[in-house]
Amino acid sequence: MAYTTFAALADAARTHGSLGMAALMLESDESGRDIPTLRAAMEAELAVMEESITDGRAIRSRSRSGLTGGDAARVADGPAVMGTAFRDALADALAVGETNARMGRIVAAPTAGASGVVPAVLFAAARTNDASRPDVVNALFAAGAVGAVIASRATLSGAAGGCQAEIGAAAAMAAAAGTELRGGTPDACGQAAAIALQAQLGLVCDPVGGLVELPCVMRNATGTAIALAAIELALSGVRFPIPFDEVVVAMGQVGRSLPPSLRETALGGLAATPTGRAMGERACAPGGETSVD
Amino acid sequence: MARQRSIFDIVGPVMVGPSSSHTAGAVRLGALARAIAGGSPRSATITLHGSFASTGRGHGTDLAIIAGLLGLAPDDTRIPDARALAAAHGLEVRFAEADLGDVHPNTAELVIETAAGEHVTVRGSSVGAGDVEITLIDDFPVRLTGELPTLGVIHQDQPGVVAAVSAHLAAGNVNIASMQVYRERRGARALMVIETDTIVGDEVAKAIAGLGGVIGVRAVPAV
Repeated sequence: MAYTTFAALADAARTHGSLGMAALMLESDESGRDIPTLRAAMEAELAVMEESITDGRAIRSRSRSGLTGGDAARVADGPAVMGTAFRDALADALAVGETNARMGRIVAAPTAGASGVVPAVLFAAARTNDASRPDVVNALFAAGAVGAVIASRATLSGAAGGCQAEIGAAAAMAAAAGTELRGGTPDACGQAAAIALQAQLGLVCDPVGGLVELPCVMRNATGTAIALAAIELALSGVRFPIPFDEVVVAMGQVGRSLPPSLRETALGGLAATPTGRAMGERACAPGGETSVD
Repeated sequence: MARQRSIFDIVGPVMVGPSSSHTAGAVRLGALARAIAGGSPRSATITLHGSFASTGRGHGTDLAIIAGLLGLAPDDTRIPDARALAAAHGLEVRFAEADLGDVHPNTAELVIETAAGEHVTVRGSSVGAGDVEITLIDDFPVRLTGELPTLGVIHQDQPGVVAAVSAHLAAGNVNIASMQVYRERRGARALMVIETDTIVGDEVAKAIAGLGGVIGVRAVPAV
């Protein structure tokens, strides 16, 4: 088992030097695979993340359902009103989401629907800091360890906990790992994760037509924005008074109290709006004219 | 989740989207059905139930199941082209939608015609995060996850068969992780489903197939 509390993970990080190293050591102990092997396996996933961004930024057409497609390219060519780093992070998040929606290859992190946040945030943090590739690999282990804490104390499933358990969890993972990539202490990483997750408590899973597209692709971008804000706040020394471990438990409790209509069933929220219903029916109709091209 | 939690279950797996349950899990269901039927099928009739029926098209569930039947893995970028690949490989597929009753919302039933012209029915569900369960093989209700190599043995319900099979596994140094035995009725046909830590080799499988009372043997790899 991975660490089941952030407090234990942070303690181990103080011994091993970082959250990423602590996660890597434990993974090696438990899997019996040595550290170079594990690093190589994660680097292979990193390469898939990069490809999924390149592929997604090139998409100019709609997905199989017709619900999404083309927004990553739109943002990548956009005005960068808040600077290019922020623009590029949003474009990357959308790119992975769009690649996923059109049956491209992605790395689930922690789920397929939320797979854009972790790469978008980590690449933004790395680009603006000239971080090395091994540093990014280390950060991915940190992200995984934070996700394992959430899986252990709450859930990573939209059907069980709503979108807060998918995009919310991805943003917390990315915020902690991005903070570490920018030199933050284990404590600052926990602050960033708490800030990112608290912002999304109660976020429902309401996919139009039951498909992993709308609003999922969009929420990869907005979840990325929240994670970047959390990194900025945490590295400025802003503290969120409720520890991350407790925020995670709160997320799980909120998830359990969400009605089933707001947990991936497409019976509530945006999926149940007049426009959402009409789009969902069109997307799921047999023999529609949309296709994978 | 039944599996031990690894960092690579959280950041990973690498998969073709868009959905771990409706796409990646559907590939694994197809792959398990292929292995249970004993290799490349000639045709398959696939009935989709519940959420597989209502949202399967948008998730590429149809393509994913075909890909699995063709032996592709969940991260194979040819999954979107599965229909063309099936045509090229001479695999005929037909899809239907039906209410299969009180089963998981993400359920499919496959009636497979093997290369030898036999028919095998396999029903399975994608239960979340890419995890799957085969729940029916022909008339036998079973539980098979594909997380470990699995040996299926169809045999007569008579004393000594289970002991003889496990003796051959022991002699082949194969460790049993779990074992279930189902029978149609007393003295009729029965099915052993044995999950093992390592795949059962050809020699051991052949020896088991030659045992008295054994009707058929199938070694299904982990998918």
